[in-house]
Amino acid sequence: MSVSVSVPTILRPMTKGEKSVSADGATLSEVIADLENNYAGLGGRLVKDGALHRFVNIYVNDEDVRFTGGLDTQLKDGDQVTILPAVAGGRF
Amino acid sequence: MTGATRSGRPPWSEPSGAADKLAGVLRIPRDLVEAIVGHARADHPDEACGIIAGPAGSDRPTRLVPMTNAERSPTFYRFDSAEQLALYREMDARDEEVVVVYHSHTATEAYPSRTDIAYAGEPNAHYVLVSTREPHRDEFRSYRIVDGVVTEEEVEVLPADGNVVV
Repeated sequence: MSVSVSVPTILRPMTKGEKSVSADGATLSEVIADLENNYAGLGGRLVKDGALHRFVNIYVNDEDVRFTGGLDTQLKDGDQVTILPAVAGGRF
Repeated sequence: MTGATRSGRPPWSEPSGAADKLAGVLRIPRDLVEAIVGHARADHPDEACGIIAGPAGSDRPTRLVPMTNAERSPTFYRFDSAEQLALYREMDARDEEVVVVYHSHTATEAYPSRTDIAYAGEPNAHYVLVSTREPHRDEFRSYRIVDGVVTEEEVEVLPADGNVVV
C-alpha cells in the first residue's frame, strides 16, 4: 500500500525540505514506521508512548484519524495522508 | 513593543537554529488589526482564534480567516480540525501561507503561555496575542515562537488597506 504524505513546514527539515513524500503501509501505524525508517526522528514527532501526539493532527483523505481508529486506521493504495500542526493554546 | 524572551521547548521540537534570527517586525494594515480585536471582543469571555493568510514568501498578511474555537473555552483554544484541513488546502490552492496566527487571552496579559509555546507549530508565522481583560483598553502584541523560544517583535500598523479581506 503506497500513500502520499503531506508534511507541514515545521517538519520539513526532517524530509530534506520535501513538502510531500511517499510511504508504505496498510495502517497509519505502519506508514509512520516506514516514515521513521526513511526520515529518522519523524516518527517521534507524530507518536508518543504509542499514541498520536497531541501537537499534531493527522488526516487520511478528509478524515481526522482521531475519529477513524487513530494509529489503526486502515489505508488504501493512493490514500492522501496529511500532517498538520495542531493550532491550539490558552491562558496557562 | 520589543524585547522579552522566555524559553520552554515544546516536546516535539528540536533546535533548528531558526531561533537565532533577529527579532523582526509585524507590518499589518489597520483594518486587519481592528478585525482581530473585534473578533476577540465579540467572543469574550471565550478565547477567539484565527489566522491571516498572505501570499507565500511575502510575510504580508492580506486575508483574515476567523476560526472556530472548538473548545469554546475562556482558558483554551483549538482550531476545529476539519475546518483547519479545509483552510490549509485552500491556502495551498491559492499559493498562500499562514502569516499570522492570532488568539485572545481574556483575563491575562497578551503574552504566550506555556501551552501556547508548546503548541506553536508554525515557525514562519507571527503569533499575535490580544488581551481583552480590560474592557476599554486593547493589548495587541506579536511574537515569534521558534524551537520553544519566544521573541517579542515590534508591531508596525500600516494605513488601512481597502484590498485586504476581513
